[in-house]
Amino acid sequence: MSEISANSYPRSWKKPPLIANRLLRWCLWFGAAIYLALALGTMEINWGRVAEGLPRGQKFIGAFFPPDFVSRWDSIVDGILESIWMTVIATVAGIALSIPVGLGAANNLAPTPVYLFCRAVIALSRTFPEVILAIFAVKLFGFGPFAGFLALSIATVGFYAKLLAEDIEDMDARQAEAIKATGAGWFQWINYAIQPQVMPRMIGLAVYRLDINFRESAVVGIVGGGGIGATLLTAFDRYEFDSAAAILVIIIVIVMVLEYSSGYLRKWVQ
Amino acid sequence: MLRLEGLHKRYRTGDEALKGVDLDVPDGQVMALIGPSGAGKSTLIRCINRLVEPTSGRTVLNDTDLTALSQSGLRAARRRMGMIFQEYALVERLTVMENVLSGRLGYVGFWQSWFRRFPGDDVQEAFRLLDRVGLVEMVDKRADELSGGQRQRVGIARALIQNPELLLVDEPTASLDPKTSRQIMRLICELCKERGLAAIINIHDVLLAQMFAERIVGLRLGEIVYDGPPDGLTPEVLTEIYGEEDWEATIERVDEEGSPNTEALASDIGAAGS
Amino acid sequence: MPVLDTNEGPVWRRRTTAAQWAIWGGWFVGVAIVVYCWKLVSDKTVWFFVTDAGRQAADMASRMVPPKWSYMETLWRPVWDTINIATLGTLLAIAMAFPIAFLAARNTTPNAGVRAIALLVIVSSRSINSLIWALMLVAIIGPGVFAGVLAIGFRSIGFCAKLLYEAIEEIDAGQVEAIEATGASGGQKLVYGVIPQILPTFAGISVFRWDINIRESTVLGLVGAGGIGLQLDASISTLAWTQVSLILIVILATVIVSEWVSARVRHAII
Repeated sequence: MSEISANSYPRSWKKPPLIANRLLRWCLWFGAAIYLALALGTMEINWGRVAEGLPRGQKFIGAFFPPDFVSRWDSIVDGILESIWMTVIATVAGIALSIPVGLGAANNLAPTPVYLFCRAVIALSRTFPEVILAIFAVKLFGFGPFAGFLALSIATVGFYAKLLAEDIEDMDARQAEAIKATGAGWFQWINYAIQPQVMPRMIGLAVYRLDINFRESAVVGIVGGGGIGATLLTAFDRYEFDSAAAILVIIIVIVMVLEYSSGYLRKWVQ
Repeated sequence: MLRLEGLHKRYRTGDEALKGVDLDVPDGQVMALIGPSGAGKSTLIRCINRLVEPTSGRTVLNDTDLTALSQSGLRAARRRMGMIFQEYALVERLTVMENVLSGRLGYVGFWQSWFRRFPGDDVQEAFRLLDRVGLVEMVDKRADELSGGQRQRVGIARALIQNPELLLVDEPTASLDPKTSRQIMRLICELCKERGLAAIINIHDVLLAQMFAERIVGLRLGEIVYDGPPDGLTPEVLTEIYGEEDWEATIERVDEEGSPNTEALASDIGAAGS
Repeated sequence: MPVLDTNEGPVWRRRTTAAQWAIWGGWFVGVAIVVYCWKLVSDKTVWFFVTDAGRQAADMASRMVPPKWSYMETLWRPVWDTINIATLGTLLAIAMAFPIAFLAARNTTPNAGVRAIALLVIVSSRSINSLIWALMLVAIIGPGVFAGVLAIGFRSIGFCAKLLYEAIEEIDAGQVEAIEATGASGGQKLVYGVIPQILPTFAGISVFRWDINIRESTVLGLVGAGGIGLQLDASISTLAWTQVSLILIVILATVIVSEWVSARVRHAII
């Protein structure tokens, strides 16, 4: 910029690019373009089939005005209730299991072998989506809500123990040190130094997980894990869109209620 | 010149921020608006460019009734009023140059501004102004990399590139250290003089106001309680504006530190004051 | 912190007697609910299968090793499809979430009616799992990758838009005010005042969602929406356990790689 003198200021200016290296910038753009072209090119959309489906889509949207709650009411109620039970016990059991795993997976609490073991447990239970866990649970434990309960519990451990461990690792070390200095035992130390620091956030996350588990309980049913998913699958298979719409509306309403109350609860806890 | 007639603002909460303010600011006058927090200083200058809608009353800038303008008319009128903010209010993730050029947004179309294709004259003017405020080396820096004083200089350049007829300045020094505060105030006053600009400067530092302004207006609870030259700020007047306190120290310090500007400006007041 | 006066002098207690009873009462109700839910689930469970599960699991595990590595040749294409579903679906979602977020944020929405509609779109999209979206879309437009892309897209709109509109509501209003004071139009105010402030958050949200979507798109095949889930479903139903174990390994690897990529990208952005 040294060439700027008082009477000849430049008349144009360009924003400096995000990626300063020109070669890298072009390579990234080029790579992204090639990837998009390939991805779209290999998608193989059957436009004929899509066009054929449009009236059906219209019919489906129409089915929401109004949805048919009546004709399958009994099985809908059954399914929803089963989903709710499953959600409740899976959340409670999952969180109960998460506490030891989470404590073990915090590197400022646990000795290295325990730490590695607990981290491995978390990684494994996080990787596979609830549905895959449910498939295997169904294979091993038979159809029904018990399989769904197991799948959701395992997924809860992966979620909750990880966040608990991270929260403990992020806590204020001075408070923990101060309690330790009083000569407190290990459990006293956890109770007085760790628990008060992580509790409010963890209660919030528990409610949040309850909400996730309810949503997931709708899909474990698709593979035989009990709950509303089975009813929904039947409705779709029979093209009973108005019953399907009714189920979806119920799910949306329950999730909204859960979300609203969890927001309220979290405010109240903190 | 700017004329406020019976300007009144009541917020939805019921707070009455301005209770009928009448004020004339002639061309080229640098006026300081002092008063305690909550006196309505911020509301007053925001009512002028209608960032806050006044409840009743009129503001007239060189024969344009600002309060009667439509939305598009208001946009055009805002171009004529540059504003400088307390916390700089730069868009922190944009470069210095973009921040300065954003002062021209009222003059260019949407797509022009989207693609950062500002007219050559604007860019040239931006470089000239950045050079004037001493930041020409920083054009490509992001605003959040600058120090407080530098950011406020960018804010000044952004206001001036609008080519305004009036500067509205809201607590320009509130987040700056004492030395930088003076430099910034001096810069603002110099630039106003160079361009013959009128300015309304909200400031709660009485000392700075006395040092740099030609005219002081004291606001209390939404009403003007003092309007006159800087040396008219006697302990009685300050008590009237701010409430009971020992003011002798404040005033004495002014006399000791009194900048050459104060005397030079004092003679102008007779001519400019209304 | 109540202090009780007793015969032996004042005694400090953590809570008053009433508060202590309320807390015990709360615990009692909570435990009762869990036990009741557990009973309902256990009524629907065939316990013979559950007690037999250990043997079943051992049996299944023994059939799974060694993984059939040669099957990998047929898996490359499904993996490619899975990644495409996640990526294209995420792109679709962020393209739609961006405007919706602006309509839903209190400080940028044109009016309350529009905001309510935007919020309804967000909550509907979020409440319905991507597998259920896939189920619907397969019923409407037929099976294939396209249905998967749309399912991931529709599910992610709500997620991205929710996080984004919360970010928009938290921006610094002073910067926007400064832009407004220059005489900028409404559009310019968004481009100069709002968007620069939320861009990093926006990029972070997109990458985060992409990572989740990789995981979710591995199961869409179960309902016919393309990707590696198709092979998983087929292998399980033909009891080809050595293929199943290979597929699980591939999913694990894909998820780990995507998590690594997203962590790197997020690190680079922030």
